[in-house]
Amino acid sequence: MSLLTCKEIVRLVTDYVEGGLDSATRARFEDHVVICPPCRAHFAQMRRTIATAGRLREVDVDPEFETAIVALFHDWRDEQAG
Amino acid sequence: MAGRRVPDPGTGSSRLLWRRTARIERMTGERPAVMVTTMTPEGARRPERPPGPTGSAAATRHRLPQWDERSMLAAARAGDEQAFTTLVRAHTPALRRAARLRVRDDALADEIVQETWLAVLKGLSRFEGRSSVRTWMLTILAHCADRRIAAERGSIPFTALDDDEGVDESRFHGPDHPRWAGMWSTTVDSWSDVPESRLTSRETLSAIREAISALPPGQREVIALRDVEGWSSAEVCAALGLSEGNQRVLLHRARSKVRAALERHLEGAQS
Repeated sequence: MSLLTCKEIVRLVTDYVEGGLDSATRARFEDHVVICPPCRAHFAQMRRTIATAGRLREVDVDPEFETAIVALFHDWRDEQAG
Repeated sequence: MAGRRVPDPGTGSSRLLWRRTARIERMTGERPAVMVTTMTPEGARRPERPPGPTGSAAATRHRLPQWDERSMLAAARAGDEQAFTTLVRAHTPALRRAARLRVRDDALADEIVQETWLAVLKGLSRFEGRSSVRTWMLTILAHCADRRIAAERGSIPFTALDDDEGVDESRFHGPDHPRWAGMWSTTVDSWSDVPESRLTSRETLSAIREAISALPPGQREVIALRDVEGWSSAEVCAALGLSEGNQRVLLHRARSKVRAALERHLEGAQS
C-alpha cells in the first residue's frame, strides 16, 4: 500500500480526529504522520485551532442584558394576564 | 391593557429601548447609566444577581439538567419569574454566541437574542419536548436571525471558496514532481512558539469569530456547536439532521478555513 501524500493527510485530518477512517486508512495516516514533520505541524495547528475556537465560549453573562430579557417576560406576563 | 394583542417583536418597548441603548454604546463605547432604571422602573422586579464571578464558571453553574429544565419551562409558562430568569441565565450566553457568529454587528446580534426570547415565550405552550430545550431555542434563534439577515442585507459576508482545504496548492509539490508529488514543498510552523496568551488575546479571538461568521451556513452551524459550544457529533447530527459523514465534511471545511484564518492572523501580526 502506497504512502499517503501530504495533501491527502491535510484532507483526511478531520476524519482521522473524528474516528471516521477505516482501520486500514487510519494505519496509513499514522504511518505518514509519524515520519513527516510538516504534517505533524499541520496537525498541531488544527488541534490548536479547535482549542482556541472553544475559548469563544468564555463570554461573560451580561447582567444588564439579562435584565432587558426579563423585562420582556414582564411584558409577556402582563399580556397573558391582561 | 385588557385584550391587547401580543405585540409584534418589532414593537416591544423594552426591545426598542435596548436597541437605542445599544446604539449609544456603539457610538460612545459607553453604556448609558440610566438604562437599567429606565428599563425596570419597578426596582423590585430586577432579578437579584450578585456581581460575582461570571464566564465559564457561571455558565457551568447555570447549566440545568434536562428534566429540571422542563419543569422550569412549565413554571415560566405559569408566570414564575424566578424560573424564567434561571432559563435566561442558562441559555442566553449560548444564544448570544450563536447570534454573534451569524451577524457581525453585536448590537444586531443582541436584538436577535431578544427576539428569540420573545418567540420562546410565545411558543412555550407549543414546545413538545421532542428536542432538548437548547436545541429548540437555537432553532428559534436561527429563524429570527434569518429573518433579520434577510431584512438587513449585507450582515453576513460570503466566501468565494467552499471546498478548499485552507492550504494553498502552491505549498505542495505539483502532481508532475518525480518524487514528491502531493508532498509539502514548504515548511509548516507547528505554532509551538506561539504562546497561549497570544491565541487567547482579544484580537485573535475576534479573528476567529470573524472567520466563523464568514463560513457558509452549514459549516458555521457545525463548527459553532462542535468546537465553540462543545457539543458531541451525535448531538450536532441530531440537532441539525445530518449524517455523521456529512457532519464531518462540514466540520472539516469549517476547521480548515478557521485554521487558515488563524494562520493569516498570526503571520500578519508577526511581520
